[in-house]
Amino acid sequence: MAATRLSGSDVVNALDAKPSVDEIWRWLEDVPDPEIPVVSVVELGIVRAVDWRGEDLVVTVTPTYSGCPATAVISLDIEEAIRRKGVDAVRVESRLSPAWTTDWITDAGREKLKAYGIAPPEGAACAGMLKAPAIVACPRCGSHDTAEVSRFGSTPCKASWRCNACLEPFDYFKSF
Amino acid sequence: MANDTLVRELALRMGDNTLILGQRVSAWCGHAPVLEEDIALANVALDFIGQTRLWLGLAADLGVEDDADALAFLRDARAFKNCLLVEQPNGDFAHTLMRQFLFDAWHLPMLAALKQSSDRRVAEIAEKSAKEAAYHLERSEDYVVRLGDGSDESHARMQAALDTLYPFAGELTTPDANDEAFAEAGLAPELSVIGDIYQATLTRVLNEATLSPTTTVVRKGGKQGLHSEDFGFILADMQWLQRAYPGATW
Repeated sequence: MAATRLSGSDVVNALDAKPSVDEIWRWLEDVPDPEIPVVSVVELGIVRAVDWRGEDLVVTVTPTYSGCPATAVISLDIEEAIRRKGVDAVRVESRLSPAWTTDWITDAGREKLKAYGIAPPEGAACAGMLKAPAIVACPRCGSHDTAEVSRFGSTPCKASWRCNACLEPFDYFKSF
Repeated sequence: MANDTLVRELALRMGDNTLILGQRVSAWCGHAPVLEEDIALANVALDFIGQTRLWLGLAADLGVEDDADALAFLRDARAFKNCLLVEQPNGDFAHTLMRQFLFDAWHLPMLAALKQSSDRRVAEIAEKSAKEAAYHLERSEDYVVRLGDGSDESHARMQAALDTLYPFAGELTTPDANDEAFAEAGLAPELSVIGDIYQATLTRVLNEATLSPTTTVVRKGGKQGLHSEDFGFILADMQWLQRAYPGATW
């Protein structure tokens, strides 16, 4: 009858069974960006590291724009998502360097932006392509006959463009 | 001066510049000539406020204040170390854009050089801010050229803005004892190096914009806390709530 009783070391192992870093990365894939909810914080490239430091889980994020109001919400959303999975000792740290670049947006993230009506960033920001690119495809009709209306848009990360073919305005996620 | 004291002074200068310019530019929100410009100005102001949080956050860490907010909302005028240029009134759209251009053309090379700072915290904030500053300069350069070399009216307004604001540009690249101490400690570049880049940008863009400076007067004092009479009004607007209701949050 005592055969099924847990030994002391079994109990300790069970309590110690922390979710792996890989598993936590998968959880974060379900945390949406608060302003552009079709992409996750992982797809945006703002989660830089996930580490266990002793009993504490530390998620390191980098801000997109230094004044982006979504940054505080993102930290809160990440903490909440992880607490919901049962890990209470979680904190989010901010890392400024290397500075975030749109080059870190994943391919899947780019496809989702496009499907949502936001033209994904063109070219590589790391190659110094800060100037508005000559060709941005309309996310609605695919035409390259488009023009920049304003270098800024509804959030810090976007610029306002219009399509001359389908005549629709659209957001362009600027290469940064 | 101990290194941290110097770093704090540098962070105050950088952060007070972005704070006061951010406060000035944000006053356009809801008043700009067209919707796109309204959004653009609000975005630029937001970048500045974000950069301010980083710089003044660092200054607060090295001082006795609780945080960046305490520095922004509870200091008196003489304790602010921003240059006189950023506190100049918004005026018309030409004045706002010219002030922006004269600042951006200095801000970008300054931040680019600060990425090499001997202090890692300074270098990291500079790295983040420089990307935003590059975007700002592209826009303000484009505008100065488009409006300077535009209609008779836009040209006249841009030249008037340059006449008013050019005397305040010199302070950005005129070193004082603190600037020299920053350079000696490797915290910041020699301002003369930034001054060469700054003058080259101004000459190139103003030539293209068919505008020319009409004075060599340099007005300075902001970096030492000696501000123009406009400054008290900025603080009154920016600080009254925290002064009247200390610690208020919402």
